[in-house]
Amino acid sequence: MENVDLSLIDWSRAQFAMTAIYHWLFVPLTLGLSFIIAIMETMYVRTGNEEWKRTAKFWMTLFGINFAIGVATGIILEFEFGTNWSNFSWFAGDMFGAPLAIEGMFAFFIEATFVAIMFFGWNKFSKRAHLISTWMVAIGATLSAVWILIANAWMQNPVGTHFNPDTARFEMSSFWEVVTNPVAISKFFHTATSSYMMGAIFVIGVSCWFLIKKRNVDFALRSIKVAALFGVAMSVLTVFTGDNSGQKMGKHQPMKLAASEALYDGAEGSSLSVIGVIKPGAKVGTPQEDVFSVNIEIPKMLSFMTYHDLDAYIPGINDLTLGNKEHGLMPAEEKIRRGRLANEALKEYNTAITQKDKVEAERLRKKFDKTTEEGKEFYESYFQYFGYGFLNNPNELVPNVPLTYYSFRVMVAAGFFFILLFVLVILFHYKRKLENMRWLQWIALLSIPLVYLASQCGWVVAEVGRQPWVIQDLLPTMAAVSNIEASSVQITFFLFLTLFAILLVAELKIMITQIKLGPKDEGGNEK
Amino acid sequence: MILAAISYSFLQHYWWAIISLLAALLVFLLFVQGGQTFIYSIGKTAADRNMLVNALGRKWEFTFTTLVTFGGTFFASFPLFYSTSFGGAYWVWIAILFSFIIQSVAYEYRSKPNNFLGRKTFDVFLFINGALGTTLLGVAVSTFFTGSQFEVAHSNITNLMDGNVIISQWKNPAHGLEALLNIQNLCLGFTIFFLARVLGLLYFMNSIKSDEIYARTKKQLLYNAIPFVVLFITYIVMILLQDGFAVNPETKEVYMHPYKYLHNFLDMPVILIMFLIGVLLVLWGIISSLIKESETKGIWFAGVGTLFVVFALLINVGYNNTSYYPSTFDLQSSLTIENSCSSPFTLKVMGVVSLFIPAIAAYIWWAWKTMNRKKITLEELEGEDHKY
Repeated sequence: MENVDLSLIDWSRAQFAMTAIYHWLFVPLTLGLSFIIAIMETMYVRTGNEEWKRTAKFWMTLFGINFAIGVATGIILEFEFGTNWSNFSWFAGDMFGAPLAIEGMFAFFIEATFVAIMFFGWNKFSKRAHLISTWMVAIGATLSAVWILIANAWMQNPVGTHFNPDTARFEMSSFWEVVTNPVAISKFFHTATSSYMMGAIFVIGVSCWFLIKKRNVDFALRSIKVAALFGVAMSVLTVFTGDNSGQKMGKHQPMKLAASEALYDGAEGSSLSVIGVIKPGAKVGTPQEDVFSVNIEIPKMLSFMTYHDLDAYIPGINDLTLGNKEHGLMPAEEKIRRGRLANEALKEYNTAITQKDKVEAERLRKKFDKTTEEGKEFYESYFQYFGYGFLNNPNELVPNVPLTYYSFRVMVAAGFFFILLFVLVILFHYKRKLENMRWLQWIALLSIPLVYLASQCGWVVAEVGRQPWVIQDLLPTMAAVSNIEASSVQITFFLFLTLFAILLVAELKIMITQIKLGPKDEGGNEK
Repeated sequence: MILAAISYSFLQHYWWAIISLLAALLVFLLFVQGGQTFIYSIGKTAADRNMLVNALGRKWEFTFTTLVTFGGTFFASFPLFYSTSFGGAYWVWIAILFSFIIQSVAYEYRSKPNNFLGRKTFDVFLFINGALGTTLLGVAVSTFFTGSQFEVAHSNITNLMDGNVIISQWKNPAHGLEALLNIQNLCLGFTIFFLARVLGLLYFMNSIKSDEIYARTKKQLLYNAIPFVVLFITYIVMILLQDGFAVNPETKEVYMHPYKYLHNFLDMPVILIMFLIGVLLVLWGIISSLIKESETKGIWFAGVGTLFVVFALLINVGYNNTSYYPSTFDLQSSLTIENSCSSPFTLKVMGVVSLFIPAIAAYIWWAWKTMNRKKITLEELEGEDHKY
């Protein structure tokens, strides 16, 4: 594609990345904390112990502070699909819009209604009704995650769809396939469990601050008990679901897997790089032995983890761009050529329609109908590479390897560390020694920023790793933007950045002050 | 079998009705925004202001969620509108967005200690959201009647050589701000602004128990109802007398049709009756609250009336072979419910989903009623541990 305004594309990408990262600062805590609060309130209703109510209410205050800014930052993303990615909105709207609308209709209304009861309904509803409302907040938040992740998963693995040449967009052919997209299922469970884990780390970390200060010790230990048990289960599930996500990556997004491993030359029995230092300048064509200056690897482990086969073939970046005849991998140049031909066929079809040449239009239309022999053949040979037609050279297919590689390792290392942390906390809590273990309390407190970092790294892998695709193989970023000036996007980028900085400072100050104030007694006074 | 028998046209009309309903609910719920513009004029003391803010604060999420759902549903059912309007009238939607972002944190943060910006700043955020959010939404919706400058060409996706593959192209460099220069658009913008304020005042009268607040609210009701009624009548006269954007059902050609929106009302008498009943209900809600001694039910009349009027107006602009999002740059790029909608499959799937809406409405209604059993008073607020 010629004459592309790269500045517009880069600023649009930067803005979406920034707004998404910012939104993701608050969403996982909403997801995780809502369940922990629900568990605590359940303890209150079951035992009648007012201390549990007090405990739950404290965490609810923090939840409210986080929830408000989560809501504020979420609407930005909804609008942004239209304002900055208008071509994507048309091209994928038939697929993407439905989960988004369902998210609004079901999840958001559930959250909004029951959050109001949770906060304001203590004196207006029975204990049971209030407890159900608190659980509904947690369920509503999780349902929201389900639908948005179904939408995002479709971008990573576009199932249940066919291309309509008359409307020039992808249209749904199976809602069931979209909802049961294997990438959606694994992505949802991994995102949800890691978010629940984050909620637990937050509660433990903040509670440990109280222990460090030797304040509200009973409250802190009570909170830790719930969070640690919840958290250890979620952290183990996070590892398993993460592994599952990795397998899906291998199957549906091999370039993302290769980038997250800095695997340039694929191999049968590929090694897993535990940690290494990527040499600057590694690019398409670089042989594997020149990629790392240092690399600790486990032989055959990548093949085993991805395919449960020690000798399975994992393609590398070079294979996926330059091609690999032995393993049936087409060179990207050829995919680009075929994608352009598919685009050309669509152009010819449009011309026939404009010129009202019914015979020619009919003939060309068959190419886009996968239910016919000709359509099936055209799809397999050309149309599945439609997105490649927008690209100019194979290098554009490679995402930022170091960013994907290191983010992945931060995430995984942190994930395993958290399991250890939960186990230690449970152990020492059980032995009634936790109150005096300052070193562990400090580690728990410092785990709060670590879990935020790890959580963001996960999304960096998911979204940087899929570049240049907005819809895997079907639409790259350069064909998905809005027709606006790059300068407009620069302005809104900085407007958002400024607003975010101000709101983040406000949020952190409020949150820290509320934590310092501690749980209130039933008269609303700090105890 | 039933699903197969449902025609594409029915689905398009069904989804436009849902969009119209959501828009109507949104406009009604803008009473929160309207109320926000009165925090300092009706709230003379900090205690008063807290009552006002907390009365609104119990409902702010409903409006916000309705806005989000309205946007999402519009995207899902008429994606070409989303890509054309949002990607084109960029600045208007960004401005609306910013006004709602600052609202959503304001309630939660305004009274919290050490909130960095101070309570007054957050209250100013609420005011800005109330003033700007309502007016701009009105201006945006008015362009459904007055038109905008854009071009839509599906064939652009094959423009590999010149690199401009974007299907929806806005043709005015102001990217939406030009709508503010149109008197008719501004008229609807200010109509919605004053309507939101009127509804906000009626909501205060219904949900706060304070004689001083009630008295001040009643006074403001008169001052705001008058401009609202004048602007509303002006706008209705404008659209009924203007040339509208009609579609030839056979050739799909878009053309200018004198008195199109008047004809639409006459061709759809049920909608016209609904509109008129709605107007009467709104007027009764206002008048009864002004003339009766201690009326508190005005919000229900005016609220239901608002639902009817907005619903009827949106049906008017979308049904009966009308272009709901016309282009004054290229008439044939104008959007209709037929040329901008999702596929029949998607509309059907979502149609099934939409059958759950009554259930959603039911639990929202149950929650609303139970939460509102007690009116806001100073004593009630003091007893609350979570307040705004």
